[in-house]
Amino acid sequence: MRTVAVVGASLAGLSAARALRDQGYDGGLVLIGDEPHRPYDRPPLSKEFLAGRMSEADLALETETEDLDATWILGAAAEALDPGERAVRLGDGRSVRADAVVIATGASARTLPGTERLSGVHTLRTLDDARALRADLAGAGRLVVIGAGFIGAEIASTARTLGLHVTLVEPASAPLAAAIGAEMGAVVAGLQAGQGVEVLCGTGVREVTGTARAAGAPRVDGVILTDGRRVPADVVVVGIGARPGVGWLAGSGVDVGDGVLCDATGATTLPGVIAVGDCAAWFDPAAGSHRRVEHWTGAVRRPAVAVRALLAGASAGSGSDIRPPEPPYFWSDQCGTRIQFAGHARPGDEITVEEGSLADRSFVAVYRRGDRPVAVLGIDLPRPFTRWRKRLAADALRSPAPAA
Amino acid sequence: MIPACPLRSLPRGEAFRLDVEPPIAVFHTEDGEIYAIDDTCTHQDASLADGWLEGCEVECPLHASKFDLRTGQVDAPPAKLPVRTHRVVVEDDTIFVVPSDAPANLPPGVAVRCQGAA
Ligand SMILES: Cc1cc2nc3c(=O)[nH]c(=O)nc-3n(C[C@H](O)[C@H](O)[C@H](O)COP(=O)(O)OP(=O)(O)OC[C@H]3O[C@@H](n4cnc5c(N)ncnc54)[C@H](O)[C@@H]3O)c2cc1C
Ligand code: FES
Repeated sequence: MRTVAVVGASLAGLSAARALRDQGYDGGLVLIGDEPHRPYDRPPLSKEFLAGRMSEADLALETETEDLDATWILGAAAEALDPGERAVRLGDGRSVRADAVVIATGASARTLPGTERLSGVHTLRTLDDARALRADLAGAGRLVVIGAGFIGAEIASTARTLGLHVTLVEPASAPLAAAIGAEMGAVVAGLQAGQGVEVLCGTGVREVTGTARAAGAPRVDGVILTDGRRVPADVVVVGIGARPGVGWLAGSGVDVGDGVLCDATGATTLPGVIAVGDCAAWFDPAAGSHRRVEHWTGAVRRPAVAVRALLAGASAGSGSDIRPPEPPYFWSDQCGTRIQFAGHARPGDEITVEEGSLADRSFVAVYRRGDRPVAVLGIDLPRPFTRWRKRLAADALRSPAPAA
Repeated sequence: MIPACPLRSLPRGEAFRLDVEPPIAVFHTEDGEIYAIDDTCTHQDASLADGWLEGCEVECPLHASKFDLRTGQVDAPPAKLPVRTHRVVVEDDTIFVVPSDAPANLPPGVAVRCQGAA
């Protein structure tokens, strides 16, 4: 292998580049990214950066002395992957030939159709998005956040600390319900309400309204809910999830579903092409299906697994040293608390508080399916949470996955 | 020299957070060694005393940076800067810590907060 091209120069792409060098690859390395920035960390964008407690320099992912001996092509989008030539075609007409390709194009924020023409409506995925939102919040009194997933709930919480009046609108019965279940989501709703966020669950948004201005696009002025209520707003954030960045792979021969379909080591359907991070749906032997994991830790840890298989060549696919991926882990900071979660929750899991108490808003809760612990949630109890997380990871390694 | 805790209250495999400014984490390893390092991770705001102790290494409970307890060096990212190490003295069954006078590598948000409070 003489040249590896990494497409997507963010957390997963950088982690893959590091893994290649750590594992002894000493050939050519090209990183291609459509943002003009060097790799930066996204989680603070809805937290410390939005609150003004972290600067842009603090977001840098690379260390000052780090040298990957790589060629960086930034500000250029990959438009196609040509399987015959094994080349990545860029929007500016250039083409990068490579023996192997790492797909790390992440995801982009979903938008709400019809709101594009309004000024004051934001999504949050990139540094540029965060700059724009921060500037807009500075002069605003009322914020409506549509969607109480992690990013929406964190923005609501941060905006409260900045003194705004905040309404969080969520069609499901509780915030974060898709990830941690409705029962524990209700605990988070309590945290949000306790901080002064107006939490409106079980209702969707019918329309986002605006007022015409003398110059420029009409300015957002409120949200009409499906139940007819109207909530006034100076700024609206749409936090309704993210779409994997896979459009550029059309016609490449790489199979795509909800993300790039991969085996349990990140190999795609095209030999020599792997996918990592938010854009990738690895096969999960325990679930018997592909699963796209959109968390920071997966984007950091899985590239080493995928790169190992890539460097080992085709023989790796059948090797016995293939470990099941560790249970996904994420954290979220909101309402002055730290939420940590590992594993996969499903409706119907039995949830028991193992340490601390709901009343104190400091506890560890374990999710069980049958007798088997499948997930763990921690609120402000990192030490016992970490022990449970390690235990889940050890269980996953020890007990072979059920036959598909 | 600051008294941290009685030796017998810190079994092997456990850690203790000393509430000084900035806080210090004291670890008793499975091998019976005692080490003290800055408690706050240099990456973001997390307490290393809450971390996962393995050999002479602690893994941060938030994003799994690893620090060598003997040197304070980063063994695994995302942290970029080392933590300070502090000298430990055990006398009369009590653990004492001699805080380092080097400047601490506090993480971004925390550094701002401490300065603001000063
Ligand atoms: C506001 C926010 C807060 C978050 N908070 C948390 C948190 O608290 N905890 C947690 O676990 N996770 C959190 N996450 C998720 C975490 O940041 C992601 O899981 C992580 O960024 C995924 O890394 P990635 O490299 O796969 O994708 P991305 O970070 O999305 O990077 C993909 C890169 O590829 C580029 N790209 C896309 N298409 C192309 C193309 N065709 N050509 C060239 N380049 C392209 C993109 O512009 C981008 O730079 C948060 C995310 C956001 C946005
Ligand atoms: S806070 Fe310790 S690794 Fe991030």
